[in-house]
Amino acid sequence: MEFKEKLLSSYLAFEEGLDLSDSVHQTRAKALKIFEEKGFPTKKDEAWKYTSLASLISQDYSLFPKSEATIELKDVRKYFLYDTDTYKVIFIDGVYSPFLSNTTHDGLDVCLMSAALIKPKYRKLINAYFNKMAPQDDSLTALNTSYAKEGAFIYIPKSTVAEKPIEIIHFSSGNENALWLQPRNLIVVDQNAQVQIIERHQSLKEHPVVTNSVSEIYLHKDSFLDYYKLQNDLPSASLIDSTYIHQEKNSHASVHTFSLGGKLIRNNLNYFHKGEHALSTLKGVTILEGKQHVDHSTLVHHAQPNCESHQDYKSIFSNRSEGVFNGKILVDKIAQKTNAFQQNNNILIDDNATVNTKPQLEIFADDVKCSHGCTIGQLNEEVLFYMRSRGIPEKEAKALMTYAFANNVLDSVQLPSLKKRINQQIANKLGVNLGFEL
Amino acid sequence: MLTIENLHAQVEGKDILKGIDLDVKAGEVHAIMGPNGSGKSTLSSAIAGNEDYQVTKGKMLLKGTDLAELNAEERAHLGVFISFQYPVEIPGVTVTNFIKTAINAHRKANGLKDMPASELLKKIRDTAKLLEIDSKFLSRSLNEGFSGGEKKRNEIFQMAMLNPSLAILDETDSGLDIDALKIVANGVNKLKSKDNAVVVITHYQRLLEYIVPDFVHVLFDGRIVKSGTKELAHELEAKGYDWIKELA
Repeated sequence: MEFKEKLLSSYLAFEEGLDLSDSVHQTRAKALKIFEEKGFPTKKDEAWKYTSLASLISQDYSLFPKSEATIELKDVRKYFLYDTDTYKVIFIDGVYSPFLSNTTHDGLDVCLMSAALIKPKYRKLINAYFNKMAPQDDSLTALNTSYAKEGAFIYIPKSTVAEKPIEIIHFSSGNENALWLQPRNLIVVDQNAQVQIIERHQSLKEHPVVTNSVSEIYLHKDSFLDYYKLQNDLPSASLIDSTYIHQEKNSHASVHTFSLGGKLIRNNLNYFHKGEHALSTLKGVTILEGKQHVDHSTLVHHAQPNCESHQDYKSIFSNRSEGVFNGKILVDKIAQKTNAFQQNNNILIDDNATVNTKPQLEIFADDVKCSHGCTIGQLNEEVLFYMRSRGIPEKEAKALMTYAFANNVLDSVQLPSLKKRINQQIANKLGVNLGFEL
Repeated sequence: MLTIENLHAQVEGKDILKGIDLDVKAGEVHAIMGPNGSGKSTLSSAIAGNEDYQVTKGKMLLKGTDLAELNAEERAHLGVFISFQYPVEIPGVTVTNFIKTAINAHRKANGLKDMPASELLKKIRDTAKLLEIDSKFLSRSLNEGFSGGEKKRNEIFQMAMLNPSLAILDETDSGLDIDALKIVANGVNKLKSKDNAVVVITHYQRLLEYIVPDFVHVLFDGRIVKSGTKELAHELEAKGYDWIKELA
């Protein structure tokens, strides 16, 4: 049986225990129909020209874990940014882990999607925001919507600053032979509110896992979002992440994506400007080896005047790894005085590594500043010689140069301990011994 | 310290050095002067081991070891240091981190363990003080956004940290104002000892007022056409290079 068929035929099992007459479920059922019609994207779709899901979906996966996995804190602590000073929403094989989590309803809501979808007190928010921004015709997002039941639900009320960062972590235990996960997050940041979020997906054992994740994020007037996606999973894990960010007037949304490990990663990161003076920041560091594949597909839709977007993606590819960067900037006719900038710089360490980079600028306004630049190259020979002439062996010099290239993106990371940790991970990945800084 | 015999070198198939002989002993300061295009920078690049420069004939020996057998980093480990005319910028690597990596690479090559952080920090502070370098400067990315003078001072800072047997200062005076020039020269003079040697490559006599050479050589069209003492530098300053061309 094809995996698509399994997804369709397993739906009855998913529906068991759900209120089928509820409007949320009607949204799900409608989405399932869209997925049924469209199926998985193929290389014939322009947006998937360089990334094939064929090998992933030719396998079979469990959709519902059979047994509840228990993991001990000591085994996963290293994946937490802080032991205590964060809110945590943690899932194991797609199931919420109250033991590892630290949720709250005190002044802000950091809790479960499964609760938000059924509890009356959240009904207004769900009706207003759930599946309201995600495009209805995207088949993978539709697939996620059809099975949407669990994930993180975050609501930051007006003029509230979330004092602690929020960590959303999905562990896969390896109890299942192969697992297909579909987390759904909804994040609403109300007027003048602020939040920092760290999201990661982590396998604890080598086993095939595919996560088809969707996050909808609404930023109201004057709000601030600082979001970090840590993608440093085992080589058996794949991730398709679709994130949709709606920005109102004067809001600032910053997303950093660190793609350091995993089999296949596809990041669909979409920003929609709904008010003037919105600021969007998109940054990425990608370091790949082996046969890993990472595809960054970004969209910034400037639909209001006086907004700004800054994109800076730096990638390093070794062995036979493959990268794709597809950055689309759309500037509507009304969006005068837009500033939109995009940079994508790539270093290919080995001859067999490949990268496809495609900036796409569609500009309908006439008074805008837009720029894009992409480079694909090897390391600068002059710098390499300089380092060697100071006694730094070639291999070490190359590692230090690559580290420096990637590390530049970290300047904008606001959480010092996260910055330090990623800095260290990048250094380890590239074989650089960091030591100390003055 | 350094013995060069009949050195011929090419860049992109073009002969630049056409038979250089030079003998620099420990404790000595030599100046190599010459007009633009005479081969001064090619000589320093050939000594450094830049692979764009092919040695076609002749020999370079440092402390009796044939440099032709060594790559750039091995030459550095043996004690060669070039202060470059145009130091490169390395965004993302701080001065401190760079010098730490370089020092530990030298130590590793000589069978030593990494220098303990406290010792290294002290050495960095002392050296920075000697060269009147602000400590803020040390946590900046190497040469990124540095002025010409700062870049040159940073080269001498690295030289002081690495303590080479043979330091070659390639046009270190260019881009320096008189105060910076004095600081750099003062640093070089303090590092000079009977065990090391300095070769100053320069177009002008100015730097030689502060780093006084034992010998001055004039390079023209790939050959040393005249050698003498520091008075030769004064003569060049007064008369220019035209009369040298007639010697060639």
